[in-house]
Amino acid sequence: MKFGVIVFPGSNCDQDCFYVARDVLKQPVEYIWHKSADLNGFDCLILPGGFSYGDYLRCGAIARFSPVMNSVIKFAESGRLVIGICNGFQILLEAGLLPGAMLRNKNLHFICKHVFVKLENSSTPFTHLGSQGEVLRIPIAHNEGNYYIDRAGLKELQDNRQIVFRYCGPQGQASEEFCPNGAVDNIAGIINKQGNVLGMMPHPERCAELALGSVDGKFIFESMVNRFIVGTGLKPVPTDR
Amino acid sequence: MTAVKNYEALGLTDAEYQHILGILKREPTPTELAMFSVEWSEHCGYTHSKKLLQALPKKGKYKALIGEDSGGIVVGGLAIVFKMESHNHPSQVEPKQGAATGVGGIIRDIFTAGARPIALLDSLRFGELKHPYNRYLLRGVVDGIQFYGNCVGVPTVGGEIYFDQSYNGNCLVNAMCIGICPKDKLARARATGVGNSIMYVGSTTGRDGIGGCSILASQEFKECQDKRPTVQIGDPFTEKCLIEATLEALETGHIAGIKDMGAAGLTCATVEMAAAGNSGVEIELQAVPRREENMAPWEVMMSESQERMLVCVKKGNEKFVRDIFVKWGLNASVIGKVTDDGIVRVRDKGELVVEVSAQALTRAPLYDVPFKKPEYLSHVRKLDLRSIKQPRDYNRALLKLLGSVSIASKEWVYRQYDHMVQANTMVLPGSDAAVIRLRDVNKAIAATCDCNSLYCYLNPLVGAQIAVAEAARNLACSGATPAAVTDCLDFGNPKKPDRFWQFKKSVEGISRSCRFFNIPVVSGNVSFYNESPKGSIYPTPGIGMIGIIDDPEKICTQYFKNQGEVVILLGPAGRELGGSRYLQEIHKLVKGDAPQLKLPLEKAVQKTALEAIRKGLASSAHDCSEGGLAVCLAESCISGKDNMIGAVIDDAPLGVRLDAGLFGETQSRIIISCPKSSAAKIKAIAQKFKAPFKVIGVTGGAALKISHKGKEIINADLEKLSQEWRGALEKHIQG
Amino acid sequence: MLKAEICITLKKTVADPQGLTIKQALESMGYQGLEKVRIGKFIIIELSGRNKVSAQKEAEEMCAKLLANPIIEDYRIEIKED
Repeated sequence: MKFGVIVFPGSNCDQDCFYVARDVLKQPVEYIWHKSADLNGFDCLILPGGFSYGDYLRCGAIARFSPVMNSVIKFAESGRLVIGICNGFQILLEAGLLPGAMLRNKNLHFICKHVFVKLENSSTPFTHLGSQGEVLRIPIAHNEGNYYIDRAGLKELQDNRQIVFRYCGPQGQASEEFCPNGAVDNIAGIINKQGNVLGMMPHPERCAELALGSVDGKFIFESMVNRFIVGTGLKPVPTDR
Repeated sequence: MTAVKNYEALGLTDAEYQHILGILKREPTPTELAMFSVEWSEHCGYTHSKKLLQALPKKGKYKALIGEDSGGIVVGGLAIVFKMESHNHPSQVEPKQGAATGVGGIIRDIFTAGARPIALLDSLRFGELKHPYNRYLLRGVVDGIQFYGNCVGVPTVGGEIYFDQSYNGNCLVNAMCIGICPKDKLARARATGVGNSIMYVGSTTGRDGIGGCSILASQEFKECQDKRPTVQIGDPFTEKCLIEATLEALETGHIAGIKDMGAAGLTCATVEMAAAGNSGVEIELQAVPRREENMAPWEVMMSESQERMLVCVKKGNEKFVRDIFVKWGLNASVIGKVTDDGIVRVRDKGELVVEVSAQALTRAPLYDVPFKKPEYLSHVRKLDLRSIKQPRDYNRALLKLLGSVSIASKEWVYRQYDHMVQANTMVLPGSDAAVIRLRDVNKAIAATCDCNSLYCYLNPLVGAQIAVAEAARNLACSGATPAAVTDCLDFGNPKKPDRFWQFKKSVEGISRSCRFFNIPVVSGNVSFYNESPKGSIYPTPGIGMIGIIDDPEKICTQYFKNQGEVVILLGPAGRELGGSRYLQEIHKLVKGDAPQLKLPLEKAVQKTALEAIRKGLASSAHDCSEGGLAVCLAESCISGKDNMIGAVIDDAPLGVRLDAGLFGETQSRIIISCPKSSAAKIKAIAQKFKAPFKVIGVTGGAALKISHKGKEIINADLEKLSQEWRGALEKHIQG
Repeated sequence: MLKAEICITLKKTVADPQGLTIKQALESMGYQGLEKVRIGKFIIIELSGRNKVSAQKEAEEMCAKLLANPIIEDYRIEIKED
């Protein structure tokens, strides 16, 4: 499976995602400069975290108009996989590929720490190697992760099982006290209706190796790869799940 | 402005002005005078400090690299470049932008050496939080560091924060950056090769920060708020693009030299690149990209607008290099070329406004400064322990110490810093030292900042030695061999003999300790004039140290891991109280001498801990420092946030005075925990190195219990300890 | 020359913790009777070669496309002669 990591000016988790794809998952991967429009040959796109355009105006608002984004929208429409992490998630929201918007964290501070996140939907291409309801320990690092959507929108997300990750306590309690940033319904990650575009605030690339203290994010990448190669005759990546 | 009237306003003395007339054999132009004033300021020319700094060791176990703007060591073909720098006065005036631009400046010093920045640390000092302005400063500085560091994508992995009344009116913001690159890819800050182009890259030039380094950094603080217009504004987004563009451009091999435009911007960059390359440089100011109109030549030369650099591009490759910067959305324009006559020539619309020898500008006059032992020492050193009442309730004393802001957890601060970006941080903030893996060489480095300035106030020679020893001890506790130092020396007015004595003794102390540990001082920074109308700050010779971990699997953290393990004290019993937090917090006394430091004992203890960690015998290792043994044990119990583990300590050597045994800050001590089966092996290692070894208790339970001769003296619930320790800082910040 | 002055605020239905914090700070300084504090962005765009009507129309377009996020933000535009 060939990953493409899109590089916007100000992206700063691009190299981390690239590293996980190449060195941890042993998959082919290339950087895609934000001015490029050609996405031929890629099977999955990663919109990495960071501060595209310095987060000026609104997070993701300017990157959304980078030339590559028109191609990303077409890529998504073709059913191939797109994952946006942190700032990447914010860009997907601004681009309208996912519903809702991001507000500043409720405590008005940047928050960098490990949080517990509950896997609410394990039947997506990004999560099928996980178990429904399992609790993951994943780092967050953001200023604007306070996900907002109106009531009707939230109901639609819930009805369609589009909420993939929710902030929770160590035992999976998804109550407000365990929401670090004020996000509606403790939402940490959502998927589009078609099920091929995922946005999440936590950073799975920061917990894909034991050396960094947690491997709870690795299965997300493994899920993508193994889902992709079903029926291709390629060997699935080994996973301990 | 006419030169004759203005040299004094620019900080030059009569003698210096006569010296300039002698060099030029004519009167300087206004631009030349401005350039001399900054190159000969303390900040750029080290006029008062250079003679002493030359005595610092430059060699150690690893090959040392001493560059123009930073230094480092070589480990297995990899250059590790690092430096710490102060941004105190700008932060005191405008904390957010002051701290932000401090971070930006130190990062540029690293990537202009060709190294990718991989970690930041910050050493901060504030006055007491009961003053609202100090709370404003703390919030602003933390906001500035997170604003800049998070966006630029370099993890802020560690640092230190202390609070003391001596910093009321003059906070310290010292930022340290570490970078790596293959040894043969290092870049120099030199202009070489006659005919090569001088290219300006990065942001545009405005009037911001004019005179910053000579005005803000080279005199005492009085009416700081008046100087706000000279503060620069940081743009981390542009800096991030500059990092990527610069590293990409350096990779092409078309660059002969590169330098940050930091203090005194274009002046320092042109003059120092020419001097370092034994070349001359000619530039035309009209080619400098600007954002303000009608700037005078001297303003362009003195501007400290941020995120700008000067690049010496090999002739014929200008377009190639320019295209890389333009791709990243940055300005890039050729403003001049390298010449062979050693002269810096600056033209404005073709008219010559500067024509001076680069060497003359960079050879600032060096002064032998008078020094005198300060008078305060004779009374502060006097400490009669018999007059100090022992506390009746040791639990309360321990809680009070844990809740004092200098000891309390700094989580409120580091939670706001992205300490994980780049996905290499193996030990996150909250342990003795941060550990960052080096993927390409399968090693890791540990990094720490240390200085107990109270010790330095009481005894700068010993205090500075302790700063080095403690930094090394923190690294050893993480499993790293101490390898190299950057120093950031913050002091008062060097023209006052008692302040200069503190400086002199501190430099001697650093030198002595570093030589003993065989650690070079590869880079550094001097910041004088840290005074407010109320007096000088405590002498604060900040030590930034990195250490090498050959096997990244063999690292250690400070918190207890398992129930039922043995707790070991390596090192002597606590017996001193001078300069302790205990005296300060509980008895409101700043008194006594700094704790003793016996370097051979220190080394023996560190070597024992290091070997125990390397052999996989130790579960935890924690340096015993401020607050003494009791605070060290409490932190070992509670700092593992998701897994707090208590301890029963029934055989600690507490000496004759219980308070000195529990809270005294006797040096050269490390608390280790290990499985029972490992204790004998660690004992054998301690015997080999002749380090004192004692099993003092076991881990387990939900409380820290310490007893002496069968009598319980401390029994504190971990939740309560944790609440006090974790909550104190935020509580004080709220005011 | 014309100047478009654009004021962007969070929608009334969206919580504004920054505004709330400022309100509390003002109150702690002794200011009373503060009903609500909302914080926003103020953008000035200098325009040439347009009349007021076309400038208004274009500014509306800029807001809808880029400057404001309609899910969470409202905006107000004022076109002024410079």
